[in-house]
Parts: sequence; C-alpha cells; structure tokens
Amino acid sequence: MAVKEYIRERFFPHMWCPGCGHGIVLNGLVRAVEELAINKNELVIVSGIGCSSRISGYVDFHSLHTVHGRALAFATGVKLSKPKLNVIVPMGDGDALSIGGNHFIHAARRNINITALVMNNRTYGMTGGQYSPMSGVGVKATTAPYSTIDNAFDCVELARAAGASFVARTTVYHVNQLSELIKKAIVHDGFSVVEIFSQCPTYFGRKNKQGGAVDMLKIFKEKTVLIGSDKKKDNPALMERGIFVEKELPEYCKAYDEVIARARKA
Amino acid sequence: MSKKKLKDHLINRDWCKGCGICVAMCPKDVLVLDGDEKAMASHPEKCIACRQCEKMCPDLAIEVITEDAHGKEE
Repeated sequence: MAVKEYIRERFFPHMWCPGCGHGIVLNGLVRAVEELAINKNELVIVSGIGCSSRISGYVDFHSLHTVHGRALAFATGVKLSKPKLNVIVPMGDGDALSIGGNHFIHAARRNINITALVMNNRTYGMTGGQYSPMSGVGVKATTAPYSTIDNAFDCVELARAAGASFVARTTVYHVNQLSELIKKAIVHDGFSVVEIFSQCPTYFGRKNKQGGAVDMLKIFKEKTVLIGSDKKKDNPALMERGIFVEKELPEYCKAYDEVIARARKA
Repeated sequence: MSKKKLKDHLINRDWCKGCGICVAMCPKDVLVLDGDEKAMASHPEKCIACRQCEKMCPDLAIEVITEDAHGKEE
C-alpha cells in the first residue's frame, strides 16, 4: 500500500489519541482513493472543526480547513465553481449534525455531488468530552455526569429523509466495508453520506466504562449486523451496516448548468 | 494468481502509539507490544499476510510487504 503518496508525512505522528478511530477512517479513506486511482490534483477535502476535521491536514490533497459545522457550505461553493473536482467532506457527529445540522440537510436536499463522511464517536472529543447529538439517552459525558436524557439522531434516516441519494453506514472495525463504502460514495453522482462509527477511548470510552480502543472495536462488532441479516430479527437493538439508499436523482451542478444554458438562449 | 507470502512487516516506531489494536486483531498472534509499548512482529513465521493490522492501524504505522512465488515484491 502506497500510503505515503497520499499523506503529508511531515505532520506525523498525528495528533489523535492512541487508539482513536479517526485514524482508521483516514487509513480507509487513503486506501479508497488509492484503489480508485483518483488524481490527487482533482480531489478536495473540506473539513470543519473537531478531532475528525483534522483529517484534512494529514492528506496530501487540496484541503480546506473551515469553520465549525460549515464545511458543507464551503464544499458546495467549491463544487459549484469547479464541478469536475471530487469533493470529500469528513465531519464529526457534532460538526455534521448539531452545529452543521442545517447545512447537512440542505446539502442533501440539493443532491449536490459531494461525499460526506460522518465520523460518529458520540462525543465532542476535542473540547473535553461533552455529549453530542449522537450520544443518545443514558450516556455519561463531562456535561452529563448523571447521564444524558436527549435522544440521538438516526443519521441514516435523517439523510434519507433530507433527500441524499446515497446513504450508508459502517464502523471502523469493518475496515474492508469501510473502504468499499467510501469508494462507492465517491463514485456516486449525487450527495453521498457514509456514517462511520468511530471510537473515542479517551472520553466516550472512559466515561462510559467501555474499556480501551480494542474493547470499543469489539462492541462495534457485536452491536452491528449487515442489512437484511436474520440476527436483527432476534435482536432488534442491533444497528445495521451497509447501503441504505442508492438511487439516481438529478444532480445539482448539472441542473445548474441547464439553467445557465436556458439563460443564454433567452 | 499465486499465493502472497510475507516478506516483512515495516513498523514505523515513531508513529506507533502502542494502542494495541494490531496485536488484538491479528488472527494469528503475530504481533506484540515490546518494552517501549511499540508494535513488534514477534512471530512473523505465523503471518498469513491478511493485512488486517495494516488496515486497522489508526497511526498508519504498519505496512505488510509480501512477495509472490517468484520473489517479486508487492
């Protein structure tokens, strides 16, 4: 694997904690890009703020490290002005669904050809382990020492309802599925969302007594199943992994080109 | 396609943070953490070159080098 061609070695070792799942997402993303043989000059990574968003600094592609929650707005600008570029937006769960919740649903509604990776570790790791919109009920966090009472979003259902034309979910334990889904999401012509369960052993794991990185990875293995598996019938609490939505819908940049053509004729 | 054989584990000790994911996920118990809490291949002869350690390393610190039956490196 020619990892080193796609990363900025001068920034390694990276700033993520030992055992952080975000490093595995970076690993999977780099492998996906290598297998698709995308030209580095035609790839843009746009990120917001948070542990997850630091990923844009480590990859040797065009990169924009923007403001909290607004990465998709910047990415929409990049994509509309240069539709030929591949645009990938890695976001944390708080960045994507809380601070950037509005940008997320509207990018999905427009079906603009951007790949959104939601790295869901159910906490705000960078600022000290506050609970996030994906923490769910009964979770401990620095801001919820007696456990949370907020329901979590279902990222897949939210993206589906908002109009995304490709929606998938996986975990960092399932590394082969991870790179396969990122590849499919990049190739898909429309707004693609891949929710990736990632572990934060430093905050989420420690506060919720889930053990270290290895123990948290084993939880991902035990608590998820492939879509359509019989195990889900016996245990409805299991989370499904795989592709939930994959359909062809009019893409925003192409629709906009048609508007330009109509305006020129008028 | 001939079967790939292990040639070497390249482990970047400066990047490894000793999280132990590779040690736990290796199906053949090839890797251990050494005295400095860095990954090390203690039983390379058992390696089946599945690349699970390479793909799961959050620090991008492991590279599995294989060769085919003709000794061609990959």
